[in-house]
Amino acid sequence: MNSKDYLKDISEIKDLMNKSSRFISLSGLSGILAGIYAIIGAAVAYVLVNNYSQGTLFLDGLVFRWVLLDLALIAFFSIATAIVLTTQKAKKNGAKIWDISSKRLVVNFLIPLITGGLYILIILGQQKYGQAGALMLIFYGLSLVSASKYSIGHIRFLGYIEIILGLICAVFPGYGFWLWVLGFGVMHIIYGSWMHFKYDKKQIN
Amino acid sequence: MSLINNINKAFDHRVRLGIMSVLMVNEHADFNTLKELLNVTDGNLASHTKALEKAEYILIEKQFIGKKPNTRYVATKLGRMAFQKHIEALEHLIKHST
Repeated sequence: MNSKDYLKDISEIKDLMNKSSRFISLSGLSGILAGIYAIIGAAVAYVLVNNYSQGTLFLDGLVFRWVLLDLALIAFFSIATAIVLTTQKAKKNGAKIWDISSKRLVVNFLIPLITGGLYILIILGQQKYGQAGALMLIFYGLSLVSASKYSIGHIRFLGYIEIILGLICAVFPGYGFWLWVLGFGVMHIIYGSWMHFKYDKKQIN
Repeated sequence: MSLINNINKAFDHRVRLGIMSVLMVNEHADFNTLKELLNVTDGNLASHTKALEKAEYILIEKQFIGKKPNTRYVATKLGRMAFQKHIEALEHLIKHST
């Protein structure tokens, strides 16, 4: 065996370690679309609150229920898009969509996310809605960091950014709306584009 | 040179090296997962896992999931150490041969 064979060995080891422990078919395009949905949703909420609620949000009001529905729709469409595009990409790569590595990714992503979601619903029920935006950003960031161990694409850094934005949002709740747009809209688009050009494009060529 | 001795004969094959790579980063892996990842036949995989078991680098755990028999593999402490040494030796060889 010469050194070329050893190099091949090493790269094969690396490849197998990644393939068997990390889910690498996450689609960058779904990140971009999630960001666009978030911005559209935020615009809808902005119009709703400013035109029908004189700029203030009452927890038991009709507008508030529309905003909640708006949020639920953003989440639904983002998740649905991610599932569809990721399945497509996995198929193209000949990878299985539902294997140990993707299960681990989903479980580790969902534990902080569901915890945060329930917590936000609980405090909303107690009329404390000033921190909801900050908590969404923080828990979403923690979910990304927790999931990052099982994927590639440095999702961890997106997580850090969301956590920082969430903490800023906690200090300045008045800017909550804009920080939310920045975190869920703009950051997803930037991150998704970066992933798309770094990983998706490379596999096509 | 002593480092050459660290190149482990047990890992001097693509499939055995692959099995160990997967087991280094996973608590365990079952037969079919390994088969798919390494792209080998049943018989081929079985003979290589047997060789690694003989060297006491992996453990074979047989169990039933429902009615289906399931065979899964776990790397032993000895196996992990041997693999680590092997990688270090590979690195060393590459660094000093260019």
